[in-house]
Amino acid sequence: MKHTISVIVENKPGVLSRVAGLFARRGFNIESLAVGTTEDPTVSRMTIVAEGDERDLEQITKQLYKLIDTLKVFDLPQSQAIERELALIKVSANEKNRSEISQIVKIFRAKVIDVAEDSMTIEISGEEGKVDSLLKMVKRFGVKEMVRGGKIAVQRGGA
Amino acid sequence: MDMTGAEALLESLKKEGVDIIFGYPGGVVLPLYDVLYKEKGIKHILVRHEQGAAHAADGYARATGKVGVCLATSGPGATNLITGIATAYMDSIPMVAITGQVGTSLLGRDSFQEADVTGITIPITKHNYLVKSAKDLPRIIKEAFYIARSGRPGPVVVDIPKDVFTGKLKYSYPDKIVIPSYKPNLNGHPKQISLAAKAIAAAKKPVMYVGGGAITSSAAVEVKQLAEKINCPVTTTMMGLGAFPGTHELSLGMLGMHGTAYANYAVTDCDLLIAIGARFDDRVTGHIEKFAPKANIIHIDVDPAEIGKNVRVDIPIVGDIKNVLKALIDKVSKKEKHAGWIGQIDEWKNKYPLSYKQQDGIKPQYVIEEVYKLTLGKNVVVATDVGQHQMWTAQYFKFDKPRNWISSGGLGTMGFGLPAANGAQFGRPDATVICFAGDGSIQMNIQELTTAVNNHLPIKIFVLDNCFLGMVRQWQELIYNKHYSHTNLCNNPDLVKIAEAYGAASRRVEKTEDVREALEWSLTIKDRPVFIDFVVCKEENVFPFVPPGQAINEMLID
Repeated sequence: MKHTISVIVENKPGVLSRVAGLFARRGFNIESLAVGTTEDPTVSRMTIVAEGDERDLEQITKQLYKLIDTLKVFDLPQSQAIERELALIKVSANEKNRSEISQIVKIFRAKVIDVAEDSMTIEISGEEGKVDSLLKMVKRFGVKEMVRGGKIAVQRGGA
Repeated sequence: MDMTGAEALLESLKKEGVDIIFGYPGGVVLPLYDVLYKEKGIKHILVRHEQGAAHAADGYARATGKVGVCLATSGPGATNLITGIATAYMDSIPMVAITGQVGTSLLGRDSFQEADVTGITIPITKHNYLVKSAKDLPRIIKEAFYIARSGRPGPVVVDIPKDVFTGKLKYSYPDKIVIPSYKPNLNGHPKQISLAAKAIAAAKKPVMYVGGGAITSSAAVEVKQLAEKINCPVTTTMMGLGAFPGTHELSLGMLGMHGTAYANYAVTDCDLLIAIGARFDDRVTGHIEKFAPKANIIHIDVDPAEIGKNVRVDIPIVGDIKNVLKALIDKVSKKEKHAGWIGQIDEWKNKYPLSYKQQDGIKPQYVIEEVYKLTLGKNVVVATDVGQHQMWTAQYFKFDKPRNWISSGGLGTMGFGLPAANGAQFGRPDATVICFAGDGSIQMNIQELTTAVNNHLPIKIFVLDNCFLGMVRQWQELIYNKHYSHTNLCNNPDLVKIAEAYGAASRRVEKTEDVREALEWSLTIKDRPVFIDFVVCKEENVFPFVPPGQAINEMLID
């Protein structure tokens, strides 16, 4: 099962390598990773997507807590999480299909952020599935380049 | 007060109660060694290889309970510490390893003797620091010692660039520690302790399974109180030897791969397993699904990550062993001996005692038994290397008190014994310190004989010399069709002459009838190390033996 794990850590040099190394040592593959500072500049938040069963998750959580720089670790179940991914997709485009691509982009509430003679670059943010669907729709035009950012997530409500 | 970083480091070490460090100089630590030249409050012990410094600091820590400190220069000096740091990490030994580093302006440029020590040591330390400025040193040293010795102890590396040693600071040592992200949980949850007490009251066939955590937590007294109050048989892990008296009538000795048959049978048959500061290591459990299959498991440990790591646990209690046991002893009611269970165990004890056959040639077990008898009741510390001699010592030497047994459990580091014995003798000058070694492992850090000779350490090194890498040979005999691939050490040098050249009192013993006299002789020597090469039976095996992957009750007994 896929888990979205939030790790709140001291914002210090080397912390990312401690966390990433821990996943590698315990045999977990990190599927996606996003790191940034929080409302408190001395604290960073890492959002990590990794695959594993409940027991794996429990062990990795405990091991993360053992790192001296870790303040808090929590698993965000799908039902309680607001998750977003950002992607930039550069597709081949010409005068014939440019408007068709624009229309698809509009339906997905994405944005065209660059247009050139033979390409268009689309920016989309949303849940993983939405990004996947858009990608599927524009594939036939020819994807020249794509970059997806790590997933970020917060818990719903006031918690 | 204005100080240099090097002065501030030594001052901070003294504030932490350090009076001895084990080290080896080199380029970037020159400014520190220059300050050490005048230093009166801290004794620096010059080793002959940095690995010896790390193991000596480790042995010192195990024998005394204090934090051991070692020191090395950058690059190869620091990487030579690695095996010693990993050894301490696996056995949760409090250690602070100080390494020099190239100057901050040279960092990351593949400078001469540069190695990314903080990067290399992440997986084998509890925490590590790269000190960027002299003014950070006092705080970092304070934190390093606190982290090394609190909670589940472990090694902490402090990597210090050359210009930080020479940098100036206004020195003051912090009184308080502020690490918001590190707060070990020391008191067990009262509800969990009540649950444990209930489970103990209901149990008919309980076994206590005690590990090194009980020694770390100085809880030997409480372990004994609990065992006696509830009349519960006690088995210990190799790391836990001495946490419960080996000669106690409730003692089952060690369990696991080379544990006693009765300990392994008792654990397999018990209905309640009370795990105390132990981690269900694979050498203990054998086939994990078949380990204590009928038992409810209570697991007491200060490290939450140990709970449920290897086995399912029914009643976890996270907290310091001593605190938890004190609370638990108050909660449990006195239990009479469960005649059926104790009777069953006595039957196993009678039927399957530890044993070996006396025959021609010196039996290694016999040497260990003789040493045990000769030193019984004395203040004795026993260090070992790793292999057959280690297991025989664990089996035949009955430790009644904690901190008298010093052996690399988790990492299984050959070459540990001699330098660790040196460290132990520095920490416990009044004790008789013995090092059992094999002819393979003694050669891995034999240069540390110099450290012992130069410091007049009267350690007794007893090599059980079978001209083999005995444990590996045993596996080859039993599992790999007697293919003795590269385990024959018949071309060893003359170890007695080597020891003599180093300045140790040295002899060889080849007959069983000469063993006793040689041991008595060794105890009369007080001003230098003694080295005895016992030529023992070549193909003796350690039994019981649980073949890898088998359940612990499926052992080969002889």
